[in-house]
Amino acid sequence: MANIISRTPVREQEPATRAANFEEVCYGFNLEEAQREASRCLHCRNPRCVKACPVGIQIPNFIAAIAEGDLQMAANIIAEDSLLPSICGRVCPQESQCEGSCIVGIKNEPVAIGKLERFVGDWQLENGTAEKAVIEPNGKKVAVVGSGPAGLACAADLAKWGYEVTVFEALHRLGGVLSYGIPEFRLPKERIVEREIAKVERLGVKFEKNIIVGRTLTIDSLLDEEGFAAVFIGSGAGLPKFMGIEGENLNGVFSANEFLTRINLMGAYAPERFDTPVRRGEKVAVVGGGNVAMDAVRSAKRLGADAYIIYRRSEAELPARVEEVHHAKEEGVQFAMLTNPVAVVGDEKGWVRALRCVRMELGEPDESGRRSPVVVEGSEFELECDTVIMALGTSPNPLIASTTEGLERNRRGCLVASEEGATTREGVFAGGDAVTGAATVILAMGAGRKAAKAIHDYIRSTVDRQPTKSK
Amino acid sequence: MYQILRKVKLAENIYLMDIHAPRVAHSAHPGQFVIVRATKEGERIPLTISDFDTERGSVQIVVQTLGVSTLKLCEIAEGECIEDFAGPLGRPSDFVYENVEDLKAKRLLFIAGGVGTAPVYPQVKWLHEHGVEADVIIGAKTKELLILTDEMRSVASNLYIATDDGSEGFKGMVTGCLKELVEVQGKHYDTVITIGPMIMMKFVALTTKELGIPTIASLNSLMVDGTGMCGACRVSVGGKTKFTCVDGPEFDAHEVDFDEAMRRSGQYRTEEQRRLERYKDHKCRIGLDK
Repeated sequence: MANIISRTPVREQEPATRAANFEEVCYGFNLEEAQREASRCLHCRNPRCVKACPVGIQIPNFIAAIAEGDLQMAANIIAEDSLLPSICGRVCPQESQCEGSCIVGIKNEPVAIGKLERFVGDWQLENGTAEKAVIEPNGKKVAVVGSGPAGLACAADLAKWGYEVTVFEALHRLGGVLSYGIPEFRLPKERIVEREIAKVERLGVKFEKNIIVGRTLTIDSLLDEEGFAAVFIGSGAGLPKFMGIEGENLNGVFSANEFLTRINLMGAYAPERFDTPVRRGEKVAVVGGGNVAMDAVRSAKRLGADAYIIYRRSEAELPARVEEVHHAKEEGVQFAMLTNPVAVVGDEKGWVRALRCVRMELGEPDESGRRSPVVVEGSEFELECDTVIMALGTSPNPLIASTTEGLERNRRGCLVASEEGATTREGVFAGGDAVTGAATVILAMGAGRKAAKAIHDYIRSTVDRQPTKSK
Repeated sequence: MYQILRKVKLAENIYLMDIHAPRVAHSAHPGQFVIVRATKEGERIPLTISDFDTERGSVQIVVQTLGVSTLKLCEIAEGECIEDFAGPLGRPSDFVYENVEDLKAKRLLFIAGGVGTAPVYPQVKWLHEHGVEADVIIGAKTKELLILTDEMRSVASNLYIATDDGSEGFKGMVTGCLKELVEVQGKHYDTVITIGPMIMMKFVALTTKELGIPTIASLNSLMVDGTGMCGACRVSVGGKTKFTCVDGPEFDAHEVDFDEAMRRSGQYRTEEQRRLERYKDHKCRIGLDK
């Protein structure tokens, strides 16, 4: 192991340049770089990276295929377990999954598995087939609610098995959080997201936009009137949380969801092309430490603001991907750690003037094992700012559960579902953030695939039962 | 794509459109709204449903051109299509769930202002079809800006018109007309439902509070998605934060913080004005080239 070469650096836009545009930060590997990086893999007999991958991608195998220059083979290996490598290669928290378990990482830097996955995914988008798949239809219809990662994965598997799948999307654009949440500079929409979705369309999956299940249609109408044999709910966790502190309804206070939706879904970062406005603050405070907070703060920076992260724990506890924090710092985002807002302060016209905060220190570990922050007495101060963005997490939208009999939710508002995705209502399955609360793209994708399998089993079992069923 | 089946100019800058959207028409109830996007580059605009026809599969909206997005929407001709039309959104009016016999025992008064007349119409029509009587006050600056008066007359028990300049009906504000009905004519109302500009609804609420009449207001807050995702439509009701899109759009008017709601509605006004001027300027220059 002594002569392992160092991790291949990935080319990126210069921080000063990219902090003023919305183009993708990371350029990714070229073939030469990818092969060099692939040569660092030890091909462990008992690969820990595979175990650490939520969908169990055969990582050493696809990396070996890259090393041999057989990119089609690499793509095929990934496709056995993952539908969206170009997306997951970009947004997965590799440091706590595959790369975090990489043996090379014990003494050196781990193999850049995420960047290699992305390389293969992008190669496939450029060079893969654009033809429609030929699949024998089995005559059964399945409805999928939501076109985010969970819904796409579920729809793709079912379509491959011959089901006639229709995906219903509430917004005017497909992709769920991939479209409205994650910014262009981290996940390009036309170049990556739309083309990954096009792969699912080529499997024969139909998409209907502007359909709000729970309003335009209901789960019952899908099952009883529209002839779907089963429904998969992958409606995500779209409801923003607020702190409940004084001044939160002042002008200039936004949820990260609103700020990012205006920018990503509505294109507000390009005012010469799109009509939707977005607040361009001079000094923007983003409250929170997750990936959404990083997306919001880096977007605010790109719109020209002095941008701050306000987080109540210390840097070690930031839940965001390490790469996002690193990028944010490079771009000049300032981090106010161990700081907690207690009120938003307004001017005489009702606009934000400052964020009143207290300093925190870390006390005893809480039930999550993280040391819980405690207020430092007498530490109150005001951070002047004209915009506050709350990035405190999201919870599932209650619309579907509240309009569907027999669909149970837990106390956090998440749908109750088995490991395989079966809900408390027969014929209705669920997965992704709607079940787990806000989590990751890869977990949602994995849940969508598990549910597809369960739906397949369920429909086959009802078909077997059908002759005895009278109508 | 959603076709404009019919387009009628109701008044200066106010247009009625029937949009082909069978799924929305099928599920619509009085009090709900839709999100409309005129073009691929357009904003998502919330508009209250003003009528729907399940047989024809159409939903009616009434639009006043206020900014670039409403202007662009109103420039689309009958027979052409708009990009997106999503709904029905929000909770239906409470009376949809009430016992019709109970409703019949109530004296209801609707107070509509300007383009807010449009969403009042399906509610009064629904009540009329269920044998429930309702009075209506329509307010406008001047006679030329009154809309849907004939339609309203056909479903309302009594229709009162108030114009600021007295060009038709009662001279003055809707609140003056309301006071006249209650205090001078001795009419009694159990519930007032008001839809119109925020400022009008604020003063209706103040007046009905004084008169002791329970009142419901339908808010037209800023929204992006309209499904509970963005929180742009936050409004304080009884000291608690509510989302207009999913908790409303109808709320107890006496509990709504209208001053906050008006301030929040104006958050993008400067930007919107700038864009409107740029758009008009652009249109002018295109005109000159011809």
